[in-house]
Formats: sequence, structure tokens, C-alpha cells
Amino acid sequence: MIKVENLTKKYAGFTAINNISFEVGKGEIVGFLGPNGAGKSTTMRILSSFMPATSGRASIAGYDVFENSMEARTHLGYMPENVPLYTDMRVSEYLVYRAKLKGVTGRRLKERVGDVKELCGLGEVENRIVSTLSKGYRQRVGLADALVHEPDLLILDEPTIGLDPNQIRSVRELIKNLGRHHTILLSTHILPEVEATCSRVIIINRGRIEASDTPDNLRRQLRGAGGIRLEANPGNEDAVAELQKISGIKDVTIQDEGEWKRFLIRAEGNADLREEIFRLAADRKWRVRELSMRGATLEDVFVEMTHTDA
Amino acid sequence: MTKFFTLLGREVKSFFYSPIAYVVICFFLFLMGFTFYFAVYALNRGPTDVTVLQAFFTMILFWFAYPLVFPLITMRSFSEEFKLGTIESLMTAPVKDWQVVITKWLGCVIFYMILWIPTLLYFLVFDWATKEHAAHAPGAYFGSYLLLLLMGMFYCSVGCFASVLTKNQIVAAIISLVMILALFFAGMLEYVMMDTSGTIQNVFGYFSAIEHMDTFSKGIIDSRPIVWYLSMTTFMLVLTYQVFQTRKWKM
Repeated sequence: MIKVENLTKKYAGFTAINNISFEVGKGEIVGFLGPNGAGKSTTMRILSSFMPATSGRASIAGYDVFENSMEARTHLGYMPENVPLYTDMRVSEYLVYRAKLKGVTGRRLKERVGDVKELCGLGEVENRIVSTLSKGYRQRVGLADALVHEPDLLILDEPTIGLDPNQIRSVRELIKNLGRHHTILLSTHILPEVEATCSRVIIINRGRIEASDTPDNLRRQLRGAGGIRLEANPGNEDAVAELQKISGIKDVTIQDEGEWKRFLIRAEGNADLREEIFRLAADRKWRVRELSMRGATLEDVFVEMTHTDA
Repeated sequence: MTKFFTLLGREVKSFFYSPIAYVVICFFLFLMGFTFYFAVYALNRGPTDVTVLQAFFTMILFWFAYPLVFPLITMRSFSEEFKLGTIESLMTAPVKDWQVVITKWLGCVIFYMILWIPTLLYFLVFDWATKEHAAHAPGAYFGSYLLLLLMGMFYCSVGCFASVLTKNQIVAAIISLVMILALFFAGMLEYVMMDTSGTIQNVFGYFSAIEHMDTFSKGIIDSRPIVWYLSMTTFMLVLTYQVFQTRKWKM
């Protein structure tokens, strides 16, 4: 659906994206991650043919975004960052206007505008002026606009930024449902959201692609992160020394001192040593309140890949 | 073509969504009404062969107010879209750049024409109240309003050009006002440079808006100003289009 080959974009003396290539297949929901200024919005703007790349090629549904821009644009529903809307129009009026611009006419026009209003929950605000809407509703108007011409592909630039947790959840549900019929490329900073919705993740940093895989695979690749958490009251014994005697344990750190101590235990190769730890605690008659294993999160992956020592 | 009219409809309607339209209409009709009053007042002082129509369109008050209208009409056309970021949703919809440029300009011209319609009433009321004619012949009305349209087309294109340069409406208004006033004053040099050679005077006279109005309000349709305004409008629109395209430059 999206094909990007050796794309580079330079602004006066500054390289925003540097020779990136990736593909998004039909039906995928791809999360586009990266720190601020990594080149996410730039890539999305090039894909939406808002601005050209310095070099390289990009195509949508087989149409080059620069040479066959009109066809590429008709196949694309794009929601720009911060959802710019005409604040002086009414919601229905705006959606009708946008639908007409995208070539939806006649009976289909009424049908489509009605459908997207229902889908995005805009029924009760359809006659309100956009400037009086809350951030959450504006976001939904933007999404309705992106969907109104039934595009094959949706590109959403930070669709949940500035929303409250309830709104984030409802937008996430909406995106998940849309994923059944549409290919979606979305950028976001909210990592649990990506884990919940995306089938694949592309991590971009300083204009380069650092990784492109499923969230599970990325987490698996990241060794060393995570570990076993133990909260216990070992009395007067030196629990750290005892724990380190278990074979396969790399290091033990105490996170919380006091009567009840909290330990973070890292094992070689992230092995699951909970049973051995339990046996030790039982032998020594330590009182235990918690024993759990925590895997690497996407956040760990993100930090690991995009961390800079600056 | 549907897209063209969709865009144009939005441009014209957007004037009336904002208070700017009503402020401009009030400001304009107030000044024009004032001008008309003084034109009639001046003619009342003694016998003259100048018609009311001619007097109205050649009043200094008219030329004082007239250039101010264009920055107010055109300043928001592109600047507001740049500022709000709506240019991004607009230009990622399947619309062509030239469609956007033409509809923005035409929207301004249409609003400008709406401004002028009530002024026709002045002359109707005058004819009805005095049983005199405000002009010698219908051709004078046709000539005056044709020239108003031509000048409007040109100055709106200047205003659109100023607006495409910046995302700040105030800056756009100032640029267009300066450009329009510069053109006006260039036309007035004809009166100032009495001692220079006839050729230079004629050259400046050729694009003097006041001179054009003097001719057209007599009902004389001169083709030279028509060519001047149409060609300059085209030129400014091409410039606007080119500037609008710079965002697509490969750097």
C-alpha cells in the first residue's frame, strides 16, 4: 500500500530524513515511533504529497506521490498533526465540503457524511461551529474528514495527542475497528497504545529507521531489560549475598530499603528463575509479599533505540 | 468543476462567517455615502457640465477610501490558511494548486462586487428624488462599473499575492496596501511632474487609475486600460501561483 524507497528530505542545511525505505502492506496497522524531530511528520507530509522529498521515491497504492499526486491523494485519508480545521464552519457543513473536495458526490455524499458522523460519534455536535468544540471532538472531526471518501489508506499524525485517557481509549477502539477495512499508518508517543493497536512498529530516529518489526519481536530482541521483582522481609540475613548464590543470577539490586526490602534480580539471558528464588526464600523462612517477572516493554525498546547521550 | 465551485463557495461564504465582512461593508458604504453626498453638494454650488456620476467617481474622498478596501478583503485569503495549518488539509485533498489560487482570488472579486451593488441605489434614488439624470447615458454607468470591476480584479490579485507571501495577515495587508498605493502614486506623478517631457507624463498617465476613471465615467470605453488591467491581473495571478508552488520546491 505504501512503498518508500531511499527517501531523503533536507531543509536548508538540515537533514530531516536520511535515505529511509520501508513498505506497508494492505491491511496492516503500522505504528510510526520516534522522538520529537525524528522525521515522522516529515515522512507523513511527503506521503500525503504536501511537500516533495529531496530525493528518493514514495508511492501510495501504486501511484507516485509526486508524479501522480492526484490519484495518490484520492486513495489516502490524511489527518495532519494538531488537526487543522476551518474553525468558522459547522461540523456537518465542514464534512460535506471536505467530501465534495475529495470527489464524493450525489447520493453517496449524504450517505458517507452520515456514516462518518455516526462512526466517529459526531451526531450530537453536527450543528456546532468547529471553534466551539473540545479538543476531543475536533480530533474526531479530523478523523471523520480523513475517512469520508473511503480511502484505502489512512495516515494519522498523532491522532491521540492532547486527549484525556477516556478519549484516548475511544480513539484507540475506533482505530482498531478501522483496521479491519483500512491500512493504517499512525504516529504517536503513547507506547501502550501502539502495543494495543499496531501489528507492526517502525522506529525512526534522527531521520533513520532503527527498527521495523512486530511489538513482540522487538521486545524479545531487547535483552537485559526487565527482570524479576522480589519483595521480602529476610530479617537480619544478607539477602543479596544469598540470592547471588543461585546459579544463573547476574546481579541483584535493592530498590527499597527497610524492614520489607524490594529487590530487582537480573538473570543471565533473562531466564525465569522465580522457582529457585521461591525455594531459597522458603528454605530461609523469609516472608515474601511479591515475586514477579517483568518483561521488556516497548518503552524500553524505544528508549534503547532512540537514546542519545547528548 | 464541482471541486472548483466547492472551493469558490467556501471562499465567498467564509467572508460572511467572520465579522470582517460586515465591518468592511459598513466602512465602505459609510464612506461611499459620504462621498456621494459631497459630490451632490459640490455640484449644487453653481452651473456645471459634470454629471453626478463623474463627480462621485472623481472625488478625492473616493480615492482615499478605495485602496483601503483591498487589503481588508484579501489579507486573509492565504495567510489565514498558513497560520491555521488548514493549508495542509486543503493541499492533501485532491485539488490542484491553480484551482486554489483562482478560487481564492475570484472569491475576493465576488465579495468586492457585492460591496458595490448597494451603491447603484445612490443613483437610482438621486434620479427618483430630483427627476434629473445622474449621468448622461447608460453607457456611463456601464463604463464606470466595468472599470470598477477591472480595477477590483487587478487589486485583488495584488492582495492575494501579498497574502501568499506570509502567514501574518497584518503583514499581508501592509504589503498589499503599499503596493496598491505605489501604483496609485505612480499614476499621480503625471500631475506632479509638470516640467518633464510629454512622453514620461504619458507613460505614467497610462496607468493612472484616476485618469482611467475620468474617461470611463464619461461613458468612453477605452481599450488600453482594459488591456492593462487584464494583463496585470494575469501577471499577478501567475506570480501568486509561482509563490504558492515554492513549498513544492526540491531543495
